[in-house]
Amino acid sequence: MTFFFEVLIGGLLSGVMYSLVALGFVLIYKASGVFNFAQGAMVFFAALTFVGLNELGIPFWLCVPATLAAMILLGLATEKFVLRPLVNQPQITLFMATIGLSFFIEGLAQLMWGANVRGLDLGIQDEPIQWISDATTMNVSKFDITAAGIAAVLVTVLAVFFSRTRIGRALRAVADDHQAALAVGIPLQQIWGIVWAVAGAVALVAGMLWGARNGVQFALTFVALKALPVLILGGFESIPGAIVGGLIIGASEKLAEVFLGPYVGGGIEGWFPYVLALLFLLVRPEGLFGEKIIRRI
Amino acid sequence: MRALKAALAGLALFTAASTVEAQTEQFIPILSYRVGPYAAGGSGYFGGAIDYFNLVNATGGINGVKLQWEECESEYTASRGVECYERLKKKNGGASVVEPLSTGIAYGLLDRVAQDKIPMTTFGYGSANAADGSVFPWVFPVGTSYWSQAAAMIAYLGQKEGGLDKLKGKKIVDLYHDSAFGKEPLPVFEAFAAKYGFELMKIAVAHPGNTQESQWLQIRQAKPDYVILWGWGVMNPTALKAAAKFGYPREKVLGVWWAGSDEDVIPAGDAAKGYVSAAFTAPGTAFPVMQDIAKKVYGAGKGNLEDKSRQGSIYHNRGVTYGIIAVEAIRKAQEKYGKGKVMTAEQVRWGLENLNLTEARLKELGAGGMFPPIKTSCADHEGSGMVRFQVWDGKSFKAVTPYMLGDKAMIRKMVEESAAKYAAEKKITPRDCSKEG
Repeated sequence: MTFFFEVLIGGLLSGVMYSLVALGFVLIYKASGVFNFAQGAMVFFAALTFVGLNELGIPFWLCVPATLAAMILLGLATEKFVLRPLVNQPQITLFMATIGLSFFIEGLAQLMWGANVRGLDLGIQDEPIQWISDATTMNVSKFDITAAGIAAVLVTVLAVFFSRTRIGRALRAVADDHQAALAVGIPLQQIWGIVWAVAGAVALVAGMLWGARNGVQFALTFVALKALPVLILGGFESIPGAIVGGLIIGASEKLAEVFLGPYVGGGIEGWFPYVLALLFLLVRPEGLFGEKIIRRI
Repeated sequence: MRALKAALAGLALFTAASTVEAQTEQFIPILSYRVGPYAAGGSGYFGGAIDYFNLVNATGGINGVKLQWEECESEYTASRGVECYERLKKKNGGASVVEPLSTGIAYGLLDRVAQDKIPMTTFGYGSANAADGSVFPWVFPVGTSYWSQAAAMIAYLGQKEGGLDKLKGKKIVDLYHDSAFGKEPLPVFEAFAAKYGFELMKIAVAHPGNTQESQWLQIRQAKPDYVILWGWGVMNPTALKAAAKFGYPREKVLGVWWAGSDEDVIPAGDAAKGYVSAAFTAPGTAFPVMQDIAKKVYGAGKGNLEDKSRQGSIYHNRGVTYGIIAVEAIRKAQEKYGKGKVMTAEQVRWGLENLNLTEARLKELGAGGMFPPIKTSCADHEGSGMVRFQVWDGKSFKAVTPYMLGDKAMIRKMVEESAAKYAAEKKITPRDCSKEG
């Protein structure tokens, strides 16, 4: 039974890491109704820029605001050169634009900082917390607990930002209808710029944590694949949904791999979350926390 | 009219001159990957090969024949790799030899190279049964194959335990990338488990392998004596980090050579210290050939690596080694077909099949100890099968064994059986190697 709980807790904590990536998707989707295919590339860009600046001799503490500035610039440039010309275009057009953007950002990151694989040490040990191990024989990593704490802070800040601020409310209006939002005087470009910049900041946090765990390398773009089932489950426009979806996906994929995997040859955690999300789609297409779409006909 | 005639005559002369010029140089297509997920390995490896080609050209070529090459970005994808091959195979007088550094691309080219009569090397990867040259005349897993490596790994673990008989009753986990690459050594490990009586526990990691909590939880519960890490890309540092996270000693993790480069351990930081991996080339810049490259190639501003500090890294030296093998195959072919002449692909194939890189020859080339001696033949396209083991001390890889062999007889038997099966499936009549010269 202890082993079951260890797998469960490990899965929940892994799920938090998925949620961090999913949050970036949710932000863009809330603002523009677009699934941002480039979110994984943004995570990679942020982490690579961070370590690249650090390698240039810039102190660690200064790299954070400097990378944040780079991400904000990237967000604003995306709004100006990619989204602005596509206002009122069908969502599929915007989605296709983000696919192109993803390749551009990946290439730009490697062009700027090279293709070398780098390590990233945040000073947080990815080792078991001793007293928990002693008391329960379960391994819970300090790194995972820290990541969970960071995710909690991020979610709280973003939830307050979207529900209690003027920009947050404007953003929700923009998400509902671009044209209507423009008609009532909401500055669409400004809102999109802000949201892409915030998504860039979230990408930086996700990039630093994932980079510290896996190394800063191109494979960081793959973390986006882990966020997709989270979004399907939690809903594309819900910040709490990203967290709850992450926890469910993380726990279920680990439990499935450990307890079902040996019967089917293993290696199932790559596709199991997608099957789970697909089954969930059949029951609740809008996700756990997504807005139920009601159309009058 | 006169002007038109003069122009046409000039064009004809130019074309003829170009053809003549092309034929004075030996062309090698380079299906490199410098962008995308595997760019770090690709840039180091192909950078090393080009650095060696530049060194050869700077020192007079191969008996006066200069090398010429052209790169095509494959991004490590099979379709692009095949497209690159098709684009380059007839250029500059025709390709001499092709090395895709990708199992996927190599499989895509398997039938094409046989049809086009262009030899393909799969240096340290690809399908192990291609070592049987009687069935695969155009493919050369030269140096060592995955099966030879798997056998050497078991030999190394036996050595650590004080004898292969001591493996009886031990538990060994094979943590493998869930792909054709990861599954390739399974028959070998299964055969050795049956022979020596150890328990083999196979745990798959889904691509790309950037989360492995569930696998390492299973490992923690199973308490194995050793974990063989048959990983690729991000799977490797993630595994080492996870081993640290779950308190599994890194000294007991033994990696495949694609998990044994600087790029695999640096991202894992301290978690990689003490980790041992297989290798078929040695890193470092102490070898005379590497010093020549530093002096004559990088010194002349012709170095291929953007980051010069990567000289002597695992991938760079592996690329230089590939360069040496390709050049020596051409040199060998010249010995038979004419020194100072450009060799055809078929002649280079003969050179690859008759390589004899002895310890003495490697020393002459400035690469003594950089890789083990290689002697190929019609029947044996691998030519060595030797592997050494190296430990990561936090800064660099240090050898813990000399180049060593596993149970070569057993591997050869498996190679022949597998090749015969392939020949039967494809209706190939194997060559009679006793008649090849």
